[in-house]
Amino acid sequence: MGVWPIWRRDFIRFYRQPNRVGGALGAPLLLWLFIGAGFGDAFSPPADIEMGYLEYFFPGFIALVVLFTSIFSAMSIIEDRREGFLQSVLAAPVSRAAIVTGKALSASSQALAQSLIALIPAFFFLDDFSAAKAGYILAALAALSFGLSAFGLAMAWRMDSTQAYHSVMNLILMPMWLLSGAMFPLTTAPEWMSWLMRFNPLFYAVAALRSSFYGVEEAEALTGVSTVWAAGVAIAFGLVGFAAAVWAAQRPEA
Amino acid sequence: MTQKPPAIEVEELSFQYDDRPALRGVAFSAEQGAMFGIVGPNGSGKSTLLRILATLLRPSNGTARVFGIDAQSRPRAVRKTMGVVFQGSSLDDKLTVRENMQFRGRLYGMRGSKLASKIDASLESGGLMERADDRVETLSGGMRRRVELSAALLHEPPLLLLDEPTTGLDPSARHAFWEETARQKKDRELTVILTTHLMDEAERCDSLALFHLGELIALESPDEMKRKMGCDVVSMRAANASALAEELSARFGMRCFCSGNEARFNAPNGREWVGRLLEMFGERIDSVAVSKPSIEDVFLARTDYAAQPEDAA
Repeated sequence: MGVWPIWRRDFIRFYRQPNRVGGALGAPLLLWLFIGAGFGDAFSPPADIEMGYLEYFFPGFIALVVLFTSIFSAMSIIEDRREGFLQSVLAAPVSRAAIVTGKALSASSQALAQSLIALIPAFFFLDDFSAAKAGYILAALAALSFGLSAFGLAMAWRMDSTQAYHSVMNLILMPMWLLSGAMFPLTTAPEWMSWLMRFNPLFYAVAALRSSFYGVEEAEALTGVSTVWAAGVAIAFGLVGFAAAVWAAQRPEA
Repeated sequence: MTQKPPAIEVEELSFQYDDRPALRGVAFSAEQGAMFGIVGPNGSGKSTLLRILATLLRPSNGTARVFGIDAQSRPRAVRKTMGVVFQGSSLDDKLTVRENMQFRGRLYGMRGSKLASKIDASLESGGLMERADDRVETLSGGMRRRVELSAALLHEPPLLLLDEPTTGLDPSARHAFWEETARQKKDRELTVILTTHLMDEAERCDSLALFHLGELIALESPDEMKRKMGCDVVSMRAANASALAEELSARFGMRCFCSGNEARFNAPNGREWVGRLLEMFGERIDSVAVSKPSIEDVFLARTDYAAQPEDAA
């Protein structure tokens, strides 16, 4: 009880504020186009894979759209608190875990809706686009967005300013994204950096996403990790994020 | 007749913010069906108490029971028994009135056609039907408060908590809010617990709990409170009221309050002062009046209003 109304309310807010959709989509799209086109010639895929940089960068771009939207949507808990809305929810007979679940699901479904729009360019360069492939892609995106949303909620629950949240998130998430293999493969990165990447949960999430895009073999050659392992770590990240969010919400208020 | 548990029963209740005590060993109970007012200056612990009763804060010490249910061990059972109207808005501006009500109803486990018809009935009786499908951001402050009240009562709780519910409303909106609350209270056997700064709201209560620096210093009906003052209030209008107040305080050792061009003090035999004051100050006073104390006078006299909450530590 409580999960569905919270999800629904957040989603109504989402589609009533269309400028949010534009913001979270526009910035990554420009990044993908400009960086992708600009760096194109400098990129050489590892092993004997035939791939242009725009295509390589694409899953990273989708991951960034999901990251922006999830984190931005999770931030709404701070606004809910400041505007007083949250107190009526906290005073209602629903558990904190249900509130967190509703919030995480609504944030991740907003991210998923957003990424559906961002996926449109994929039709042009994914040569074997099938329903099964679309299913894999959505599953990978769902896991990624749920993990990021839950992680964002865990951070946001205690914060009372959206500025503070923004700066913390920039500090943590931008490096995580940069080291996720989104822009360059682990296999061609310098040794020290490749180690940082190996400890980055987002690296595994993006690797799993790559498998859903290019197929297991090609993706594994690019990322150097097995798809099962990558998906496992990505899901574990989501669960840990969710547990952290529930824990944050259940601590007594000061 | 079966013994009904009190709507609220609080024992040895304390609450500590980091280093500052907000409530110190408070104990009282409020009967079912009563209008129970919690009054006191800022920082006296009113809002903390209300938040503990609403299970939003856990007491550092002591117990709070609502209809006999322990708030700390069974918070969700307690929440079902009450509707809460907070000081600030708790509605979603981007949602319509009806959507806000739907949201609230679902949080309380209502659903489907039962919820829809309950919302319709509630909008109808609250005079909100015309605005039902407008977004809350387009409503006036008074209208929003009435939506808050309807939303809080949607699940038909036996207890209503109001935290300074009419702050920032104009007098007519305030009046409308209280009309509606009184009607709701009469229609069902509703217990109302409210915190307030406004004396006319305090006067409406059956009992008043007066808080000061985290302690309960009086629990009486408004009439009793006024009677216990056992004195009259002498008030003077004068161009230079503050000088007058100082002079009186210095000469007679009384506490003489001043606000604007009015100075006032309490005295057992107010009438005797009229002649004396006119004799002493003559032309300097525009008018003198003697009256029975109001709730505000009780409030000023008993809470040492000038003391700031910082002094608490």
